Formats: sequence, structure tokens, C-alpha cells
Amino acid sequence: MTLSSTLPSEAPGKRTGRGVARGPVTAAERVARRRALLNWVAVHSLAIAAGLFFLLPFVFVFLTSVMTDSQALTTDYWPTSWNWGNYGKVWNTPGFLTWWRNTLLYALAGTVLTVVSSLPVAYALAKFRFRGRNLAMMAVISMMMLPPQVTIIPMYLFWAKQLGLGGSLWPLIIPMAFGDAFSIFLLRQFLLTIPKEYIEAARIDGCGELRTLLRVVLPMAKPAIAAVALFQFFYCWNDYFGPQIYASSNHDAWTLSYGLESFKGAHHTNWNLTMAATLLVMAPVIVLFFFAQKAFIEGVTLTGVKG
Amino acid sequence: MSLASATRKGAGATAPAARTLAFLSPWLIGFSVFFLYPLISTIYFSFTKYNGFGSPTFTGLKNWDYVFNDLPAFWQGLRNTLWLVVVMVSLRVAFGLGIGMLITKIKSGVGFFRTAFYLPYLAPPVAATVAFAFLLNPGTGPVNHFLGEIGLPQPGWFADPNWSKPALTLLAMWGVGDLMVIFMASLLDVPKEQYEAAELDGAGPFQRFRYVTLPNISPIIMFAVVTGVIQTMQYYTQAFVAGRVAAGNAGNSGQQFEPGYPNGSTWTLPQMVYNLGFQRFNYGAACVVALVLFVISMAVTSVLMRRKSGFMASDD
Repeated sequence: MTLSSTLPSEAPGKRTGRGVARGPVTAAERVARRRALLNWVAVHSLAIAAGLFFLLPFVFVFLTSVMTDSQALTTDYWPTSWNWGNYGKVWNTPGFLTWWRNTLLYALAGTVLTVVSSLPVAYALAKFRFRGRNLAMMAVISMMMLPPQVTIIPMYLFWAKQLGLGGSLWPLIIPMAFGDAFSIFLLRQFLLTIPKEYIEAARIDGCGELRTLLRVVLPMAKPAIAAVALFQFFYCWNDYFGPQIYASSNHDAWTLSYGLESFKGAHHTNWNLTMAATLLVMAPVIVLFFFAQKAFIEGVTLTGVKG
Repeated sequence: MSLASATRKGAGATAPAARTLAFLSPWLIGFSVFFLYPLISTIYFSFTKYNGFGSPTFTGLKNWDYVFNDLPAFWQGLRNTLWLVVVMVSLRVAFGLGIGMLITKIKSGVGFFRTAFYLPYLAPPVAATVAFAFLLNPGTGPVNHFLGEIGLPQPGWFADPNWSKPALTLLAMWGVGDLMVIFMASLLDVPKEQYEAAELDGAGPFQRFRYVTLPNISPIIMFAVVTGVIQTMQYYTQAFVAGRVAAGNAGNSGQQFEPGYPNGSTWTLPQMVYNLGFQRFNYGAACVVALVLFVISMAVTSVLMRRKSGFMASDD
């Protein structure tokens, strides 16, 4: 984390105290310093207020998750005893481990397939010249903006009735081997920034297009690939609608997001267990974020600012 | 379309058709099988009566008539979506801009604050919604308990038709991290000299925001609004889960849950496709709603595509 590096370095508040000893201070300087101090206090009070808004929900969820069953039904903020066993209870709920495994499989397979299938498409759209390229790009954007519900009826009939893959996650994983519009778009935006000269140099050296892509473009596009992989992993991990449509009929194919909601249904008086389960579903993505913070922030920036 | 030709300029820049096709092939298959084919099927099903068994029978405009004239929930869903576009999207964009500006002004602990502000965006939507359903539950939730202690009224949030959309808005504002990052990056790109010049001209903080900051970041605001509207057209998980959890708390968990709880106040079109198609097995009507959703989404998307410089940019 970048926490320690930026801490007190530049707090104007700290300097005002010592200013007097440094010699004569003009009135104008004093006013400027006082204003800077007030500004510092105002900004950081706001920041603390905003921090409470963003962090308190996590704190209350956590505090409730370790309460006893009966205390979780009261309006208490603070647990009278710390029942860490709640996490064990959730973990040992029948199915919970299976949901974990399914979610991880969906997210990992989906991520790998998406990156492998989207990179060549993005490369062609960014660096090849051909007729219909703008049309292809418009089609990618249209697909990216399409709510998944628009095509869900025929897609469901196709996967469940024609191919008999209902009750599994395959209808969600297989399409990712055929390019994901958002990933193609994001990778292309990044590949546009790679100077043509690198690619032409590789061609002059006799590299074929595939070797150019793998040897020259791939190493340069690592940040964008990392961002796309992270986004796709999060998308799969968080997906609720897909598993609801295809996997809901089969408990053994449920994912965490889908299972969590039914867990709430089955334990609707046990807020403590529900909150423990909620934190267990949040934890992996938050841990992943701390490991890959930089790639993630760069990716978010790439979606908006480069446009 | 012929992918060949294009032998206009230097040989190095031109791609042979076979190679282009090879690189594009995964997506060409994906586009045909997972976009074109189901889209055409959806149009076809919208004119038929079909419940998944047997074969569809042609019924002309009957489904369209049903959805537009005999399905009040459809119009309610559209009104809810409009509400979300006007209130949720604008509050989220304004809040994201405010938080982004705050971050650029923080001098101490900026790393800590940035991470703290960003973290909720990462919470999986189902988990975040269940957490908010707990925090805002009218009986024992800490938010209402606190409001009661300081003598403020305690709304019913997800259980009250007048408060369910504001509660969803609060949830959306909690997860504002993506906009914060985008605004933060664009605010740092505003040339410092412009602020200095404005200050020399005697411009106060409000005028500096109005005449320097806003013009510089207006394309990003536009981007945030349009993508926000598109996300709202797809709004599904939070509304569905919030409605279901609130209905469960009210003791209705026995029967099958129909979205929109309470009182249809959280209906959105994507949930209606699910409800008509997968709970009532009326595929024809579900496809009508899906097509309405498609038309609106594409209309909004065309606004984005007009931004030639960004989305459609190329390097030649």
C-alpha cells in the first residue's frame, strides 16, 4: 500500500508553530499561513467524514458478523462477545465450498479465455487496415453496451434446450473463448498508443504477424492485459444474472454471489451469519485488489480518460 | 463486407484479407452466435406465443399490444428507470466529482483516503446489497437506530415504496470509486497555469471551478453521464436482491419472489425480461421488453459513438 509514503510530509499546520522562531514574519505571510491551516483542516475534516461514509458499512457488517444469534437481532452496535465461530459455521454450510470452487473456476477460466481470444482481435482492430474496420468497431461497442437481458431468451433456449447445458456454468464460460467486447475495446484503446515504428521494425526483421504480436506487442501491452484480466475476473466473480439463469436449477453449480442471496433467504433471522457470509464473499476481491492496486487503477483510468 | 482490397498506401500498412480474418475470427464467431443470431431470434419470438415447449406459434402484434396496453408494470418500470437516470446518475456523477476533487486537495494520508474511498466499488454487488439491506433495515439496522438516537425520522428504506429508490441511490453512491478515479486523473491533467492565471485575475474558488475546472473536464463528465445511463438501463442485481431481501424480511419468503418489491417501486426492464421469461414463461412478451431495452440502449450508445476522437479513434 502507498499509505506510509505520503503521510505527514507536507502538512502546513505543522510549520506554523515554528514560523515565529525563524525570524520576522510579515502580516501578509501570517494571513496566508492561517488561511493554509484553515484550508488544511477543512479538507481533512471533509476527507474524514467521507472516509466514515465509505468505511463504516464494512465496520458494522464486521461487528454484526461476530455477534451471537440473539444479539444480532438487537439494535446493538458493539458485540458483547466475539463469536469467531460464526465464520466456521458459514464455511461449513453445505454447498459453501462448492460455490467457492465454482466461482473460482468460472472466474479463472473466463479470464484466461477472454484474454487469449480478445488480444488478437484488438490487435487487428488497432493496427491492421481493412475495409469495414469502423463498422467492426461500432459492432464491438454496440455489443459492449448491450444489456445481457436483451438476448437472454434465445441464448437460454440455445444452451439449455439445444445443447443440454442448463444447470451448469458452461453457457457462461464458453462464450468467453470468442472474444469479450469490453476487453477488446480496452485492449484496442491501449494498443493504439504503441508507436507504429515498433511493429514495422519487427516486420522488416521478418517477423510474421503472430510473432510480432507475441514478441513485440504482448510485452508492451502487459499493463493493459493485466487490467483486462482483473476486470474480467471481477466481472465473473460478481456475476449474478448469469448464474441465476443457467445454474440456479442445480445447487452443485451455484456461485458465491448466487449462493449468498439464497443463504440470506434460508437464514433470514440470522443477520450475524449472513454478514459473515457477506464478508467472506467480499474478502477475495479486496485481497486481490491490494495485490494488484496499480494495474486496477490504471485500467479504470484507461476506460475513461483516454477517450 | 469485403475485408480485402485496401491496397491504397504502403505495403507495410495493408493487411491481407486472410490474415485479418484469422485475427478477427474468434470475435466474428462470437458476434454472429452471441449477438446477431439471438437478436434476430428475439425479434422473431416477439411476434409469437411460446413457453419453451412445443414450437412457437405466430400471433402478430399480440405480445406488443399486451406489453404496451395491459402490463402496467412495464410503464412503472420505465418510470423507475427515468427516476434512476435523473436522480441516481446525476447524484453519482456529482458525488464522484466531489470526491475526486477532495482527493486532489488532500495533503496528508492521501494513499489511505484513496484506498478507503475506492474500496466499496470493489464489493461484489450482491454482497454490497445484502450488507445495505442489513444496515438500512428498519427494525434493527444501525442507520435507523442512529437516526432515532439523534431524533431524526426513520425511513423504511428498502421496505417503503417511497424510499426504496433513494436507498438504492445511496448504495450506488457508496460504490463511486470508479468515477472518483476517472475524475481524479482528469483533474490532475488540468494545466496549472490556467489556475494561476485565474487567481491573478482575482477569481475566487467558485469562479476557478466554473471557468477553469469545468470546461477542462466537461468531456469526462459527459462520458460519466452517458456510461451511467447505460449502466442504469442494465440495472438488475442490486434492485432484484434488495427487493428480495426486503420481501423476505417482511415474511413473504414462502412464495416465489416477483421483482419490484415493494409495490413495484424497484421494477426495471431487465428484471421484467427475467420475470416474464423465466418466472411466467411468456417468452413472447419477454422478448418485446428485451427489444424496447435494446432500442433505448442503442440510442444512448450512439451518443457515445459520436465522440469520434475517443471511442472511434484510429491511428491513421
